[in-house]
Amino acid sequence: MATTESTAAGIGPVEDGSFYNVDNPAPVIEAPRKRTRKTPKSTRGNFEMAAWLFMRLSGVVLVVLVLGHLLIQLVLDGGVSKIGFAFVAGRWASPFWQVWDLLMLWLAMLHGANGLRTVVNDYAERANTRLWLKGLLYTATVFTILLGTLVIFTFDPNIR
Amino acid sequence: MPAGTLYRGREGMWSWVAHRVTGVLIFFFLFVHVLDTALVRVSPEDYDKVVATYKTPIVALLEYGLVAAILFHALNGLRVIAVDFWSKGPRYQKQMLWSVVGLWLVLMLGAIYPVLGHAARELFGS
Repeated sequence: MATTESTAAGIGPVEDGSFYNVDNPAPVIEAPRKRTRKTPKSTRGNFEMAAWLFMRLSGVVLVVLVLGHLLIQLVLDGGVSKIGFAFVAGRWASPFWQVWDLLMLWLAMLHGANGLRTVVNDYAERANTRLWLKGLLYTATVFTILLGTLVIFTFDPNIR
Repeated sequence: MPAGTLYRGREGMWSWVAHRVTGVLIFFFLFVHVLDTALVRVSPEDYDKVVATYKTPIVALLEYGLVAAILFHALNGLRVIAVDFWSKGPRYQKQMLWSVVGLWLVLMLGAIYPVLGHAARELFGS
């Protein structure tokens, strides 16, 4: 081990470009996780990124929808005291409030479900526990979204 | 345990904790709220009967708590978005948290009369 010539892995000669040349090329080091023909195009997918972005986009919209909802239901015009079947019927007579409530239902449920999915992933350590908690979460979420949607679309002010 | 090794967090950690706790609470309320509203498909009487319990003083206090949770989650959520998307967001995250807390306090003071007023009138007479 005398000079740079004998240390092929030497750093100095590589950096100043004097050791390797066209006739003596540096060895190719294979990437630790090389992409082959069998490797899928994307190994992870973009789901988590999409979920992260959805939380922020839906969050901004929900700030407007939910705070407006609270203002109407709990503050204006007598607050909670005025709420009753007649009040609901009056509001859902307008497509504007139907769309408002439908959008709020979907966005809030999906926002909350994804938040709880994160919580389950963080704290439930056993794979089986995670599976069951998320199964319960998704079942309850789908049920509640469908029920709420059905109620908004089939509301009948003259039910009795 | 040696002294001084327990991470107690600061503004960043505690706002994260509060965001998580309020988020879970709001989500559980949302389930109940969709179910109670679904009673309008059953009958006006059943709906009004359940909503009548929402007008009692105890539930008024719960509603005030719900408003507190939603307002914090909304304002702090906007702060999280600013931290993520605004180039100077991470640098000003503490200042933004104290702005959130200040605005939250003002809004909560403003919500006392509208949300709790009817309960006070019922308890202490008008």
